[in-house]
Amino acid sequence: MKLNLRIWRQDGPKDSGRFENYTAENVSPDESFLEMLDEVNEKLVAEGKDPVAFDHDCREGICGMCSMFINGEAHGPDRGVTTCQLHMRRFKDGDTITIEPWRAAAFPVIKDLVVDRTAFDRIIQAGGFVSVNTSGNTQDANSLPVPKADADKAFDAATCIGCGACVATCKNSSAMLFVSAKVSQLALLPQGKVERQERVLNMVEKMDEEGFGNCSNTGACEIECPKEISLDNIARMNREYLRASLSSEK
Amino acid sequence: MTKLDARIPEGPLKEKWTNHKNNIRLVNPANKRLIDVIVVGTGLAGGAAAASLAEMGYSVKAFCFQDSARRAHSIAAQGGINAAKNYQNDGDSVYRLFYDTVKGGDYRSREANVYRLAEVSANIIDQCVAQGVPFAREYGGLLDNRSFGGVQVQRTFYAKGQTGQQLLLGAYSALSRQVGKGKIQMLSRHEMMELVVVDGKARGIIARNLVTGEIQRHSAHAVLIASGGYGNVFYLSTNAMGSNGSAAWKIHKKGAYFANPCYTQIHPTCLPRTSEHQSKLTLMSESLRNDGRIWVPKKMEDVEAIRSGAKKPKDIPAEDRDYYLERRYPAFGNLVPRDVASRAAKERCDAGFGVNKTGEAVFLDFASAIERYGKEKAIQDGEDTNNMELVRKLGKEVVKAKYGNLFQMYEKITDDNPYETPMKIYPAVHYTMGGIWVDYNLMTTIPGCYALGEANFSDHGANRLGASALMQGLADGYFVIPYTVGDYLADDIRTGAIPTDSKEFDEAEKEVQDRINKLMSIQGSKSVDSLHRRLGKIMWEYCGMARNAEGLKTAISQIRELRNEFWSDVKIPGKADGLNPELEKALRVADFMELGELMCKDALERSESCGGHFREESQTEEGEAMRNDKDFTFVSAWEYTGDPSEAKLHKEELKYENIELKTRSYK
Amino acid sequence: MSNSALLKSSLAKKYWMSITGLFLILFLVGHLAGNIPLMFEINKDTAHGFNQYAKFMSENPLVQIVAWIVKIAIIFHAVDGVLLTMQNQKARPVKYKVENANANSSWFSRSMMPMGLLIFAFVTIHLVNFWAKMHYGDIPTYKMHGEEYTDLYTVVMKFFGKDDLAILWIAIYILGMVALSFHLIHGFASAFQSVGLRHKKYTPIIEKVGYAFAIIVPLIFALIPIVIHIRVNG
Repeated sequence: MKLNLRIWRQDGPKDSGRFENYTAENVSPDESFLEMLDEVNEKLVAEGKDPVAFDHDCREGICGMCSMFINGEAHGPDRGVTTCQLHMRRFKDGDTITIEPWRAAAFPVIKDLVVDRTAFDRIIQAGGFVSVNTSGNTQDANSLPVPKADADKAFDAATCIGCGACVATCKNSSAMLFVSAKVSQLALLPQGKVERQERVLNMVEKMDEEGFGNCSNTGACEIECPKEISLDNIARMNREYLRASLSSEK
Repeated sequence: MTKLDARIPEGPLKEKWTNHKNNIRLVNPANKRLIDVIVVGTGLAGGAAAASLAEMGYSVKAFCFQDSARRAHSIAAQGGINAAKNYQNDGDSVYRLFYDTVKGGDYRSREANVYRLAEVSANIIDQCVAQGVPFAREYGGLLDNRSFGGVQVQRTFYAKGQTGQQLLLGAYSALSRQVGKGKIQMLSRHEMMELVVVDGKARGIIARNLVTGEIQRHSAHAVLIASGGYGNVFYLSTNAMGSNGSAAWKIHKKGAYFANPCYTQIHPTCLPRTSEHQSKLTLMSESLRNDGRIWVPKKMEDVEAIRSGAKKPKDIPAEDRDYYLERRYPAFGNLVPRDVASRAAKERCDAGFGVNKTGEAVFLDFASAIERYGKEKAIQDGEDTNNMELVRKLGKEVVKAKYGNLFQMYEKITDDNPYETPMKIYPAVHYTMGGIWVDYNLMTTIPGCYALGEANFSDHGANRLGASALMQGLADGYFVIPYTVGDYLADDIRTGAIPTDSKEFDEAEKEVQDRINKLMSIQGSKSVDSLHRRLGKIMWEYCGMARNAEGLKTAISQIRELRNEFWSDVKIPGKADGLNPELEKALRVADFMELGELMCKDALERSESCGGHFREESQTEEGEAMRNDKDFTFVSAWEYTGDPSEAKLHKEELKYENIELKTRSYK
Repeated sequence: MSNSALLKSSLAKKYWMSITGLFLILFLVGHLAGNIPLMFEINKDTAHGFNQYAKFMSENPLVQIVAWIVKIAIIFHAVDGVLLTMQNQKARPVKYKVENANANSSWFSRSMMPMGLLIFAFVTIHLVNFWAKMHYGDIPTYKMHGEEYTDLYTVVMKFFGKDDLAILWIAIYILGMVALSFHLIHGFASAFQSVGLRHKKYTPIIEKVGYAFAIIVPLIFALIPIVIHIRVNG
């Protein structure tokens, strides 16, 4: 296959950026999208040009590092996958593929397709945890039974890989799906219930402070999420927050 | 030869850790604030250690090269975590977990360390549940367990196929809590470039900010290396693209001994290579071997027909299939340990029976399982068990409930439907049991420098059992290092902050700067990846699943040549003062070029077969691995002397006082 | 922080959006019920019935309170919507050059702001057309059983039936109802989601009811001027 690539190049956060055109030749349908880019980069290196910078690490869809907006969609046209799991058989010979970085005020571009997602870390630091020390003297793991349905829902929320596709795809650059996944996971488990009020208030406050947008319930995040995290979580966060802000004494 | 002192506490095995904890020196809370600790890597071991030390009051700096601590490669572990909880009442105990781990490691691990690991394993589960890790549960609300290769009890806790992710996010949340409190300074997109040793003690590191390229000095009273394994020396492995051995290699060059570098685990169930462009290999969970049967055709003409597409695997009748694991190991069958399963696949493929174009793949077939489950379900539902169409449909549903996500992943990558046609699998490099030599306190041979998790060598001997890596990472980080580091730091309560303007820091920084300048100035003709790929080929060919003296010697000379080529002809575009992924890769590959040589040297020296290390010269008549306990019951700890080939061997004798050494047999 | 949480935070803004929106949906039902008689056969009884309703609506003190709440709700809903949109714009200063939004969301869900603006414009026109005339304009009155009534009915009939611009007015009203329909197609169910009312069993029902509501209610509203025009002229 031969493909035309329109890739966003940007030297740094202050640079205004532009598209540049490249061609990828002899692309095998069994290659992954990132392997195709590896080859483009190898060619650029051989020509003495600056290769395209992009984030990637595990290449099996779990670390959440890869982040590309491909042909107008986060992680490309496939559902339930990250960019590293997208394979070239999804494209046809002669296709033009446009690749852009995640775009959001809260995710400034570092270089080319690499963006800074530390805002997510700061939201977790504001409350995405259970305040328990690692003493080794916690009570026995089976002392508190957890209904299987709750445990399963908590797990589904906890599968979030923090890639930021929800923010990237939301027309408002909203981080609600990310934040609600963590709020939900911990609110569903007895261990997390103790701090549920403080947690949701603090995390939402931090989220707003970081400059993410609001939720318009378009549902785009749920569709593009590589882990298919449900809007149920956003609804649960809405309930948690309402409850917390009404009853909190602060 | 210096004598390595593992500092194993006195007393009976069962009481060693408790006694040690009771007698170890402590640092009082007011003094902890005055003590700085650097943690390199934020996976299970590093993340857990940073969080625990910060909770105790130390002032911690944590480093990771990823954009967030949450992305460390521990996240990719699928199967589960072992713990001797005996919730299933199937006779499990701390001793059994200890015994299984030592046996699984082919009697090449340190008894006292493994026993401690088994002892704290139960605490790990308690701790993780308290942190909100959503382990799988039964309908009664209690935790569920499953069994894993090489053991006879159900002691593996899991969270679907994402146990590593859930545990890592647990550690990450504990770490984040401390970052929020200001107790940890988190430096993501920073890579450790050098260890700084002052007066013989580890006193800091030189790091590079990967975004700006700035070279920074960070001082501390102790440095913890939790940077994972070095499987990427093979280029193709199940490790993440960024996983590297540089932090471990840097401390090795500064005086930390490197132990058993040749012990690599080759995981039997990975997706085969499809092309030259392949950048990494994907693991399919070991749990698939519970229901999948592994085979290749018996007849060469069938192999050729399958490769050319003339025949489909379904077309081969049962009598023409070679279920070689069931044939060779009737007792364990498809559930033999990882090293055994991998070698058996290689044996068949080497004999020419590989079932894909590259000749490096075997079938993992679920047809029997689908029929068996389908019949069971049909009986349950009162349906006709002779209606094969219905039986298969029901069977597929059962298999889907058990392995749905794995099957889906397989189909996404290969475009084959594993419900209809067998999966193709082949072994791939997965884990490195070898690593930095540490004593019982996890301290390396450099005072004040510790190694945790996969980066050290301590617990898995020559082969790691499934679901034990997560256990070790968290045990080291949550429950071992918080105690043992205090013993060393108790001397530092009056030291005060370590200045970074000393001559040692100047020198270390200059070394780093010189290395970067040198790399940037070569401007040769070969990309880093192309050289790395060649290194990987040499390693896989000569230091992979089977090794022999001649091949290892060839490998050493080839690696040396390649290293020269690297240093004279590598091409790194761009500048060093900004984000430059090619430079990052080059710095890591430069270290792999040395580490690979040491691995071959170690493999050459150990002329026995044990665990993941199979020397062709040391096998039984039936082709099984043959250990040589008389000559090799020791840990090889290598001291750097300026050239990997000139490394000096120190032996730590392994004493088995509680376990009798036996031949591992799975027949 | 939570002192201000119910006013300032992003979630609180959505709660207000939802509460005012749901309230306005209720208002639509009442408004529709009151105006359906306009479609009945034109005669004295229909006219007086409608004028009685209009009188009740403009004089009953409780209704007056509700009427003011409706107005406040509309303004609050609009201002809140504008604030949210401004924040959302700020959250993505650099837009994508290629965006395949249809792949993951409906056009309706992405067009709440433009539809809202159209509806706001329509409501303004509608208020000028009738409410302003009723309260500040010059409308004929008549007496029955000793009570004085304003003859809003005749004004409406004339407006959609005989006015020089009747056809234009009808077109504007239809357009307004189309905008309302599009706004409600997403807005109805979305209002429930925003306050966290989501449930495996009930949400699909809410979504279906919302869809039906979004089509039927504006449709009937849109039919009123058309029917009037036909009846007056036919």
